[in-house]
Amino acid sequence: MSSDRTRLAGGTALLVAGLALAQAAFAQRTDIVVGMGLEPPHLDPTTAAAAAIDEVVYANLFEGLTRFAPDGSIQPALAESWDISEDGTVYTFRLHEGVTFHDGSTLDAQDVKFSLDRARSEDSTNAQKGLFAGIEDVTVVDPLTVQITLDQPDGGFLFSMAWGDAVIVAEETADAAKTAPVGTGPFRFENWVQGDRIELVKYPDYWGDPVALDRAVFKFISDSTAAFAAMMAGDVDTFPIFPAPENLAQFEADPRFRVIVGSTEGETILSTNNKQPPFDDPKVRQALAHAIDRQAVIDGAMFGYGTPIGTHFAPHHPAYLDLKATSAHDPDKARALLAEAGYADGFTTTLKLPPPSYARRGGEIIAAQLREVGIETEITNVEWAQWLEQVFRGKDFGLTIVSHTEPMDIGIYANPDYYFQYDNPDFQSLMDALRAEADPEARTALLQQAQTIIAEDFVNGYLFQLAKSGVADARIEGLWENAPTQANDLTGVRWTE
Amino acid sequence: MLRFALFRALSLGLSLVAASLVVFFALEIVPGDPAAAMLGVNAQEDTLAALRAELGLDRGPVARYFDWAGGLLRGDFGISYTYRTPVAQMIADRLWVSLPLALYALALTLLIAFPAGLAAAARRGKGTDLTIMGVTQLGIAVPNFWFAMLLVLAFSITLRWFSAGGFPGWEAGVGPAMKALTLPAIALALPQASILTRVLRSALIETLGQDYIRTARARGLTRRQVLWRHALRNALIPVLTIIGLQFSFLLAGAIIIENVFYLPGLGRLIFQSIGQRDIIVVESVVMLLVFAVILVTFLVDLAYAAVDPRLRRPR
Repeated sequence: MSSDRTRLAGGTALLVAGLALAQAAFAQRTDIVVGMGLEPPHLDPTTAAAAAIDEVVYANLFEGLTRFAPDGSIQPALAESWDISEDGTVYTFRLHEGVTFHDGSTLDAQDVKFSLDRARSEDSTNAQKGLFAGIEDVTVVDPLTVQITLDQPDGGFLFSMAWGDAVIVAEETADAAKTAPVGTGPFRFENWVQGDRIELVKYPDYWGDPVALDRAVFKFISDSTAAFAAMMAGDVDTFPIFPAPENLAQFEADPRFRVIVGSTEGETILSTNNKQPPFDDPKVRQALAHAIDRQAVIDGAMFGYGTPIGTHFAPHHPAYLDLKATSAHDPDKARALLAEAGYADGFTTTLKLPPPSYARRGGEIIAAQLREVGIETEITNVEWAQWLEQVFRGKDFGLTIVSHTEPMDIGIYANPDYYFQYDNPDFQSLMDALRAEADPEARTALLQQAQTIIAEDFVNGYLFQLAKSGVADARIEGLWENAPTQANDLTGVRWTE
Repeated sequence: MLRFALFRALSLGLSLVAASLVVFFALEIVPGDPAAAMLGVNAQEDTLAALRAELGLDRGPVARYFDWAGGLLRGDFGISYTYRTPVAQMIADRLWVSLPLALYALALTLLIAFPAGLAAAARRGKGTDLTIMGVTQLGIAVPNFWFAMLLVLAFSITLRWFSAGGFPGWEAGVGPAMKALTLPAIALALPQASILTRVLRSALIETLGQDYIRTARARGLTRRQVLWRHALRNALIPVLTIIGLQFSFLLAGAIIIENVFYLPGLGRLIFQSIGQRDIIVVESVVMLLVFAVILVTFLVDLAYAAVDPRLRRPR
């Protein structure tokens, strides 16, 4: 009798253990390994431009008053709601109650004031200090209300506050944010093995909807062959921006993976030095525009990933105007225009190419296309640091290829000192009008006018909108398809089985 | 022996001073402002100036050289421009990957090269020798990064025995850490072992032709005894030179292999730092590598003297 009972108990124990094992096997994974090509230099998004910083911390670790949604629209984040004064110069933000930083301290209006004042201060090292230039004063009304006064109405202010450079930090922890970031997001920082990976874990006291993942590891693999091997071997679960578009077809054919192709905010352009002869002649710029075959560049350099553009504006934006026809591929017209401008025999110029493949590969193709119409280019490959110094700051270039990845950056054409040196007073006053306009319909009309002006002035060669082409384990859902800002927002990511 | 060591130590010091000058001023000439590299295209002029002041870049190059070189003497490598952590700490972290990897690869190299070199020399012209010579020829010809990719393809993607790369850190335990270093060490060791095998073989064959070997054989020693007792010891001088060079190469030259296996080693640190214009890190790491190479050469010189008493007198 007793032996029977023992046997029964043993059997039950086995059954329970078996069930537990089975359940463990079927339990959803709650960790993710995200592959990235570049490692962030540090983790403070308020003091550097590196996209890799935001790709780790944006929405995961740090939050701002507002945020970008996956479709690019502006959503409330730490600010629950806001009022805008009649004249458009005073913004009153109401903060969420019960928001805590990862060190346990409570977020209040004082933290907002500190963050914004720090970003616009004299010794600020914020890479996007311009976002805060219009702020005249930040006042704490009560612990959960903060009032921001602008020097003039700014229809894009809520948009500016959504940038990673405008996240809210606490005074006590701001200086250590580079290596020990303390934010308000759903994940907190755990560990950084420099050169290898950064680990984030779920923050249990997060104020918003809890996230499905318990743990997120960002792994840095710069070599594209190594990235391919890491995905294939299952060491990495997703590569939101896969470094080698030529490998994507292989992933597409494999049912274990899903290739995710979306759009970014990166207008990739053949930047032209508008002050350097012969490019100071609009006819020459027009000839340049007609000499380029965009689709050939997209196919040859990007393996077909990318959307052709005819102006400096993202095609997925509601205000986008299709102006590709203005600068359609027409080598004969290009040659005729060059002859009209007095360059019947063509000319020679410089083409400086930064490291990304869109520039290096695209540059070779564009050089061949320009040669067809008689323009010879001397190609120089430069590193980013050199590009910044020679091209961007030194303005020592004829042509260069670069992707302008900041969202909604058509305003750069209003700055005559910007590296391509386009100086058009009409455009500048149009941008002033845009800044003062808050009505969405009127803004759209102004934006379309702006797109048309720069397309018809052929300021730069407009090539294509940079695609975001990535790969993920087919069982992961909730990854961003498009990149309205440079981020790997994991708040909605989960494993489906 | 002491005078020899002192003389060598003095030349070591002078080499370091010369190297520090070259490294510092070469990087001064390289275009690219670290502050601009960090703050990107939308940075304002006042922001750049603020950052330059914060990094100490607003002072002249001579003052910065003495700051840096003086710091090195005190063991202070400075603060990284981009990471804002002490460079010494970063180097130490990376050395914990690069040094074990170099030693692991060197151990594999010796484990392969000595038996293979001895076997080939002992059976000169026979099948064993020809096979070993053929395989080592291939080993030298195959680029190590390509061999590394083949290893990943076979053992990571197909067999799934190893990760395709990465390093779990020593805190994960010695086993997993060594496992992560195994494929990279093999990839690094193969060409080095091939070179060393060939050098050892020809050095042995040369000494085996010497008169004293014939004398030893005439005294009644067997082939094997002669090989081990007389030939090997005399063949060690060129072999030590090569081993010294190989260790320096393995420590400093693993950049490509570290990229293929995305290991957080010194090579990758230099690679990243150059791109980010984190010049102080580049300078300090390069100096450390220069120091390592000079130190290894110094130790090899001392080892020569130990192996060959004739070299103890300064020339």
